Amino acid sequence: MSRTIKGQNLIKGSSGEWEIVIGMEVHAQVTSNSKLFSGASTAFGADPNSQVSFVDAGMPGMLPVINEKCIEQAVRTGLGLKAKINLRSLFDRKNYFYPDLPQGYQISQFKDPIVGEGEVTIDLKDGTSILVGIERLHLEQDAGKSIHDQHPDQSFVDLNRSGVALMEIVTKPHMRSSEEAAAFLKKLRAIVRYLGTCDGNMDEGSMRADVNVSVCKPGGYEKFRADGSFKHLGTRCEIKNVNSLRFIAQAVEYEARRQVEIIEEGGTIRQETRLFDSKQGETRSMRSKEEAHDYRYFPDPDLLPLELEQAWVDAIAKSLPELPDEKRARFIAQGLSPYDASVLVSERELADYFEDLAQGVDAKAAANWLNNEILGRLNKAGLAITEVPVTASANNAIIRMISDNTISGKIAKDLLDIVWTEGGDPKAVVEARGLRQVTDTGAIDAAIEAVIAANPEKVEEVKAKPKLSAWFVGQVMKQTGGKANPAAVNAALKTRLNLPDEG
Amino acid sequence: MSVDKDTVRRIAKLARLAVPEERLEPMAGELNGIFKWVEMLGEVKVDGVPALTSVVAQKLKWRKDEVTDGGNADALMTNAPGGEDHFFTVPKVVE
Amino acid sequence: MSDPTAMTLAEARDALKAKKMSSRELTGAFVAAIAAGRGLNAFITETAETALAMADASDRRIAEGKAGALEGLPLAIKDLFCTKGTRTTAASKILGNFVPPYESTVTQNLWNAGAVMLGKTNLDEFAMGSSNETSAFGPVFNPWRSKGSNQNLVPGGSSGGSSSAVAADLCLAATGTDTGGSIRQPAAVTGTVGLKPTYGRCSRFGIVAFASSLDQAGPMTKTVRDAAIMLTSMASIDPKDSTSVETPVPDYESFLTQGVKGLKVGIPKEYRIDGIPADVVAMWDKAADWLKSQGAEIVEVSLPHTKYALPTYYIVAPAEASSNLARYDGVRFGHRAASPRDITDLYERSRGEGFGAEVQRRILIGTYVLSAGYYDAYYSRAQKLRTLIKRDFDQAFEKCDVLLTPSTPGPAFGVGAKTSDPLEMYLQDVFTVTVNLAGLPGISVPGGLTESGLPLGLQLIGKAFDEGTLLRAAQAVETAADFKAKPAKWWTA
Ligand SMILES: [Mg+2]
Ligand SMILES: [Zn+2]
Repeated sequence: MSRTIKGQNLIKGSSGEWEIVIGMEVHAQVTSNSKLFSGASTAFGADPNSQVSFVDAGMPGMLPVINEKCIEQAVRTGLGLKAKINLRSLFDRKNYFYPDLPQGYQISQFKDPIVGEGEVTIDLKDGTSILVGIERLHLEQDAGKSIHDQHPDQSFVDLNRSGVALMEIVTKPHMRSSEEAAAFLKKLRAIVRYLGTCDGNMDEGSMRADVNVSVCKPGGYEKFRADGSFKHLGTRCEIKNVNSLRFIAQAVEYEARRQVEIIEEGGTIRQETRLFDSKQGETRSMRSKEEAHDYRYFPDPDLLPLELEQAWVDAIAKSLPELPDEKRARFIAQGLSPYDASVLVSERELADYFEDLAQGVDAKAAANWLNNEILGRLNKAGLAITEVPVTASANNAIIRMISDNTISGKIAKDLLDIVWTEGGDPKAVVEARGLRQVTDTGAIDAAIEAVIAANPEKVEEVKAKPKLSAWFVGQVMKQTGGKANPAAVNAALKTRLNLPDEG
Repeated sequence: MSVDKDTVRRIAKLARLAVPEERLEPMAGELNGIFKWVEMLGEVKVDGVPALTSVVAQKLKWRKDEVTDGGNADALMTNAPGGEDHFFTVPKVVE
Repeated sequence: MSDPTAMTLAEARDALKAKKMSSRELTGAFVAAIAAGRGLNAFITETAETALAMADASDRRIAEGKAGALEGLPLAIKDLFCTKGTRTTAASKILGNFVPPYESTVTQNLWNAGAVMLGKTNLDEFAMGSSNETSAFGPVFNPWRSKGSNQNLVPGGSSGGSSSAVAADLCLAATGTDTGGSIRQPAAVTGTVGLKPTYGRCSRFGIVAFASSLDQAGPMTKTVRDAAIMLTSMASIDPKDSTSVETPVPDYESFLTQGVKGLKVGIPKEYRIDGIPADVVAMWDKAADWLKSQGAEIVEVSLPHTKYALPTYYIVAPAEASSNLARYDGVRFGHRAASPRDITDLYERSRGEGFGAEVQRRILIGTYVLSAGYYDAYYSRAQKLRTLIKRDFDQAFEKCDVLLTPSTPGPAFGVGAKTSDPLEMYLQDVFTVTVNLAGLPGISVPGGLTESGLPLGLQLIGKAFDEGTLLRAAQAVETAADFKAKPAKWWTA
């Protein structure tokens, strides 16, 4: 998908404009009870080394046996990414020494991954969508954790994470701005959460992104897309473990500018691994990883090739839930704007809440109510959609009362405030507190007479300036405690004050 | 292909083996003897021959997703040459 | 009962069953023999107390009529099998005083069958060697000596402690592991029987790994029948080893009476290599005649890639070993160098101090052949050759049921005779290594003695999972060879 780069995505250097090219490697922890190759638990936050089997600790003679759930989750994710499922894949050993890598190698998939090429659509703020190609997805083991701040001259090693299943999802270099990079990760996170294959919890490290950034002169990227040759792109640097959407944007911006400066000063970019320092807002070279790494990949002789049956894959495909893109299309067909639809599907819980909320009422009205009233209040309170104090069905009742003129929009907001803080059934509250809308013309006329009587000078003014009628509406609403039907008030005022039709 | 002293030093580093400087040269000689002998494999045409991935016809075993292991940090630590509070300890690693 | 240690496993089993003696008596005799035989250095760790306690428990079970298949029978275990609560060294300094908190599946199967553990036998360090001279615990001596000579000979390797212990009657039988010939070659040079089962027949769980795609555990015994008895208990379907086969374990002893009438025995012509001593070739020819006279048909077959097997092995095995041995890093168990400067220093010195010369050499070979730029030329090519070598066997087995070859290129050699040139040592496995590369079962059976009075072995190779037919043929060879010679017990003097 070729597209023009928006002005704000270009970097202005002294030698002219530069474009950013971004690819990503995301490590997503597979949702499973036990580890990829051992029966130890994957639960987060346990005591040190309490969830470690002898297999995970690389003890002599210990052997890996694969967890079927992890295979299923990888296939499920692959299907969610519209990717090719490889019916035969291989596990390889990636050999290197590190204290939290007990076997001296990581079991991963190098040449023949379980999932091949796929794609993810990302929706941008300006309403446009782009496709990000997925290169592959493979299964691998996580490493343990080294803790460096417990002791002045020792590092402490906890192997609880050692052997936990990860899906490494590698994109093609199809992202062109920090916004796109962040949007991709957000979308990927939504997809795996819909699928139930990863909890997407970035704070607990369930999802970690390595971001590859390079810069090139305008036109280079298009040439790369045309012939697939990386020579048209600049040398990339890999920024390791960027663990929030906000940091991804910052890291990309910083790194791209750093590269442009180096090139324009006559230097060259060295392909290297860098670390994002969130405190300084900058990327730094990782010296410890600099040493020539030669991972000596080879097929793990403790494991046989992983072979899947097409029928098994098909059964998983049938069990997939509706994914964000499909849901978004359905919401748009129901009358939502593409932007609203994108926001609502970005989190499965939010979309689920919306669907309950919109049951039998106008979708657009429900979306507005959710965006303006519910999300606004949640934001203010710092709550997540899962913590909302008023159920979707209660809110659905409020929307229904607005649409059948039982209450006014203004009263509806007050009503939500009441049930938000005090609880209760909205219908019962309306009856108990007499919040029903007044449509009885006698009562409205009485209120109008009272306002006119109290403000004779305004009656004169409105004759010259019909726009002032809005002031009268406000006063009448006040008189009726907001319960008067605004349309009825308007009509009655027009007749009484003898105003022209367009005021 | 001939292995020299620097190559031995490089692979010893990769393998995290302290090979004393005076052993590098003799080791290069020993390895060369072996690699020279192994060179005969070059005689065989292997185009189109698949690399062996499993020696006997058999399907990979799949395990159920159940927690059946772990929960014994004490047993895990009994052989540790360095440990504290159920952590393995090593000289501080600087990132 | 004259000397219980001279009995075969089957004889001892029957004697215990008939209550002609107790396991305690039998075990006690072996404990004494091991103590008297320390000069052979066959054991790294003796477990006399455990053995006697296990024997007493066996006697109780026998009395209660709950005896297992190996009830009360004292065995020696190669010190490559992890034994819970008993130090396991792999004959390496790097494992330090490693005491596994778990048991290997094969040994667990033996204990479940009622067997008694006498101790852990010596081996080449990490099973890398063919003479037991690379052990950090010193060389093992072969009970056999040339006629009129006092020179110590090697017991073969890597399962040299086991072969020596079986040949010297220090146990009824022993376990071994075979990666390139490590059961069959030591059996051949000690006048004992060694069986390497089909890859996957015995679980590798809890066995210190050398080369995962080649390693296989098997029995080392005094007779073919004993090998069949041992294998029936050692083999299992193990959910803890992804490469262990799902095929049910038959009673291998039941095959022994079936004879070889009508069996086609293949003689691979490529095994007639230059420089093999005349008595080795003569015995090979004689064995073909033995089988023929018992009703087998002899056919010539071709295994055209035979000469590439050894160099292929010396790429594949070190490559896997270099990775398998990365876990010996001084962090979670085993030897750690004193006061390391930093983590790299800890790794390099712990491993440099902990691994012996041969292991280091193989780690370096393996690291090199997997490293960037060399993978295709070495490792990838070797794995393709393995495919060709396996195809050779598939084709040969279309024409025959078993293959007959010599086990080794010669009898036991002197301690130190081949330590200066690694290649010369590697040649010890020239007839056995093909079998590992193809995952097939193979057995070495004593054929007779050389002129100087040293035993020579004959190898039979079977189809995958056809240990039954292999044992039938082995039984026929054993019957015809009628090998009754025993080494003089010079070591007790
Ligand atoms: Mg990566
Ligand atoms: Zn990864």
